[in-house]
Amino acid sequence: MHIWRQKGPQSEGKMVRYELPNANPEMSMLEALDVLNEQLIEKGEEPVAFEHDCREGICGSCGMMVNGVPHGPVRATTTCQLSMRHFKDGDELFVEPWRASAFPVIKDLVVDRSAFDRIIQAGGYVSVSTGSAPDGNAIPIAKEDADRAMDAATCIGCGACVAACPNAAAALFTGAKISHLGLLPQGQPERARRALNMVAVMDEEGFGSCTNIGECEAACPKEISLEVIARTNRDFLKAAWAERPVSDKGAGAG
Amino acid sequence: MLDSKSPTGPIETRWERSKFEYKLVNPANKRKYELIVVGSGLAGGSAAATLGELGYNVKCFCFQDSPRRAHSIAAQGGINAAKNYQNDGDSIYRLFYDTVKGGDFRARESNVYRLAQNSVSIIDQCVAQGVPFAREYGGLLSNRSFGGAQVSRTFYARGQTGQQLLLGAYSALSRQIAGGKVKMFPRTEMLDLIVIDGKARGIVTRNLVSGELDVHIADAVILGTGGYGNVYYLSTNAKGSNCTAIWRAHKRGALFANPCFTQIHPTCIPVSGDYQSKLTLMSESLRNDGRIWVPKEIGDKRSPEQIPESDRDYYLERRYPSFGNLVPRDVASRNAKTACDEGRGVGETGLGVFLDFSDAIRRMGEHTIRERYGNLFDMYQSITGDNPYKVPMRIYPAIHYTMGGLWVDYNLQTTIPGLFAIGEANFSDHGANRLGASALMQGLSDGYFVIPYTIGNYLASNKIEKVSADASEAKQALDEVTSQTKKLLGIRGKRTVDSFHRELGKIIWDECGMSRNAAGLNKGIAHVQALAAEFWQNVAILGEGNELNQSLEKAGRVADFCELGELMCRDALDRAESCGGHFREEHQTEDGEALRDDEHYQYAAAWGYKGKASAPVLHKEPLAFDYVKPSQRSYK
Repeated sequence: MHIWRQKGPQSEGKMVRYELPNANPEMSMLEALDVLNEQLIEKGEEPVAFEHDCREGICGSCGMMVNGVPHGPVRATTTCQLSMRHFKDGDELFVEPWRASAFPVIKDLVVDRSAFDRIIQAGGYVSVSTGSAPDGNAIPIAKEDADRAMDAATCIGCGACVAACPNAAAALFTGAKISHLGLLPQGQPERARRALNMVAVMDEEGFGSCTNIGECEAACPKEISLEVIARTNRDFLKAAWAERPVSDKGAGAG
Repeated sequence: MLDSKSPTGPIETRWERSKFEYKLVNPANKRKYELIVVGSGLAGGSAAATLGELGYNVKCFCFQDSPRRAHSIAAQGGINAAKNYQNDGDSIYRLFYDTVKGGDFRARESNVYRLAQNSVSIIDQCVAQGVPFAREYGGLLSNRSFGGAQVSRTFYARGQTGQQLLLGAYSALSRQIAGGKVKMFPRTEMLDLIVIDGKARGIVTRNLVSGELDVHIADAVILGTGGYGNVYYLSTNAKGSNCTAIWRAHKRGALFANPCFTQIHPTCIPVSGDYQSKLTLMSESLRNDGRIWVPKEIGDKRSPEQIPESDRDYYLERRYPSFGNLVPRDVASRNAKTACDEGRGVGETGLGVFLDFSDAIRRMGEHTIRERYGNLFDMYQSITGDNPYKVPMRIYPAIHYTMGGLWVDYNLQTTIPGLFAIGEANFSDHGANRLGASALMQGLSDGYFVIPYTIGNYLASNKIEKVSADASEAKQALDEVTSQTKKLLGIRGKRTVDSFHRELGKIIWDECGMSRNAAGLNKGIAHVQALAAEFWQNVAILGEGNELNQSLEKAGRVADFCELGELMCRDALDRAESCGGHFREEHQTEDGEALRDDEHYQYAAAWGYKGKASAPVLHKEPLAFDYVKPSQRSYK
């Protein structure tokens, strides 16, 4: 296994080769790294830092390039679910962190993805405070709309889309949230403002522009469709055209 | 004796009346208060967001790189609510009744009733946030029956309900962060609680990237840091889930209640080797169509298709003819263990039982089964390499949830004034066994609908003096954390943190797992003490404190798990009865079922920390059942 080792954000990194004699086909990729780390610590070498938490493909913590592909060669799979069964004894694996200027490396395979949080903070919500909600069944939603919204909402925020994109664009991630909320009646009042603000922050954070290559969709462990980008573009254009400053004379009288 | 501050009067009116009687903080004064919320899952995230909306200044902490990754995200099945949308006889009272009974009569009635009341508002709130719950063609919300409930009250979003609810809370939290009312501290771990003049006034944290230790002062501290299932090393919990926040609060004076109440989920993928890092849950909905069996003969190593019907033992159907494969989690788990202990387990390790779909496939066709469970079958196949349409699944129980936690009163306040615990971190609502689809409900009830009221009452009824980060108590806590970090880094021993954690997990699983007995528990205590002693002599942590150091993070957590593991054994030893997930072999009925002892053990056991050298002290909160009369559970 060739693994990217980098001491800190400012340090130079390099690929280092490790032998993994104890790897077995029942292991997950991350368990193979666990075993390697145990070996390293016993030899007095610092273990490889990598991010992981749920290890069942839902928290979005893990993520690394395996042989140049985000989350490795198996479709619709996160790194934690990638089984070593997919590799042969004697295979050489190349493991690197996400590469994107908006995701600076912190150490080894760990990157800083906080830009994603800031995109959501720009409008990835419905402004409804606790306690003010009407009955859950007050607004019927067509099953097809709910299902499509759910397809978009399954995004786990892992960053594979950015890592896969030659432009390091975050259009799939941003589009997933814009689509999820834009497909539901609850998301309508803020739909235009949401598209404008989230896209603006996405640009500020240093993600590249989307040129419809489609690598993101292929890499997405949750198989989120390029459709969400089309929907973002439509919402954004419509909003940019229609949005004009609203009068700011204060709310309500008395 | 502990005062639960539980209101009296008709149970239906207790929460309404409490809310009216609670003192309020004037809207203009809320911004003068600083609150700390540790944890950003369903409980912590919803609390931080709601408190921000109300106008408080909130600091929220999580160890993950983003609040969206909290372990609530992994919950699959659903969330209960007494909406009675299906017109099938559900009500707040029925949800309350089911929860008290399901908890085997070891929960506090007032709290459970409030939980059932709040359940309906949770669904409304989540829908308004845009949580894409499953819907019917008519556009209304869909429900299913879950975990053996006789009504359909579970709301769900495919098999990702926890994810969608968490992302809802995360979106509300993100809005407050953007508005400046919540300051978020990701990649930051709480390492101590600061208590000044008897009140919780802040925390000591470590920045996991820079290693910096900081003091944060506040007017109250809320812990929503989840459960402690990872004491077993192998569990369905996320790898980072830990007990450090609640354990360090416990060492500062908060009582820890019912630590031995842990839940074992019956349908997980079995362990395949020493390197195994976690266990994967398969939704228990599989038991609706799968049949569980083991070979009749000990040591029958034939492959399943070679074992004829006459040589199979469908032990759940045999022992529980009326519930069959759908008996509650604790019963299903215990029976799987018994079969394996008898030497009839399957798979290479002998720790597994078959969950067989061949009958269902013959009856309904592969297509129907694929429609119902396709994603679960795929997940099983990707992990094990076996195709469950052709060969039976192998499953085994795994630790899944911990009912115990910090003792809290009706206001969710611990025994330290100003320290509150919400969600899985407290002990309050599930008694000795939690029902399916109730964890999400409790986390959100506590965070959205309980703590915002009770915290206001605390702030308005207490004079909270101004303190600074230079206070001697704060400095002392900071010094203690600094010296523990130095000590850990200075050991430079030979064994990895994970190897200690694995050994601890095995001890607790063997002695304080699915079934327990006095001799084993005593042995467990001795083993854990010896292991902890070796840990502090021989653990190997490389690197430094002033950088991202994952071994150091884990080491602090494992040290705490060792101490908690010992307390779990002590609690299990004290409770000489069987109830819910706590099965004492000495206390069972003639046919091997759990035997409760209400006369002696109808209490919550809350343990006080008395220092390393002394045994913990037991405080009891007697439990009264005015509405749901204790009875023996039977599934025969």
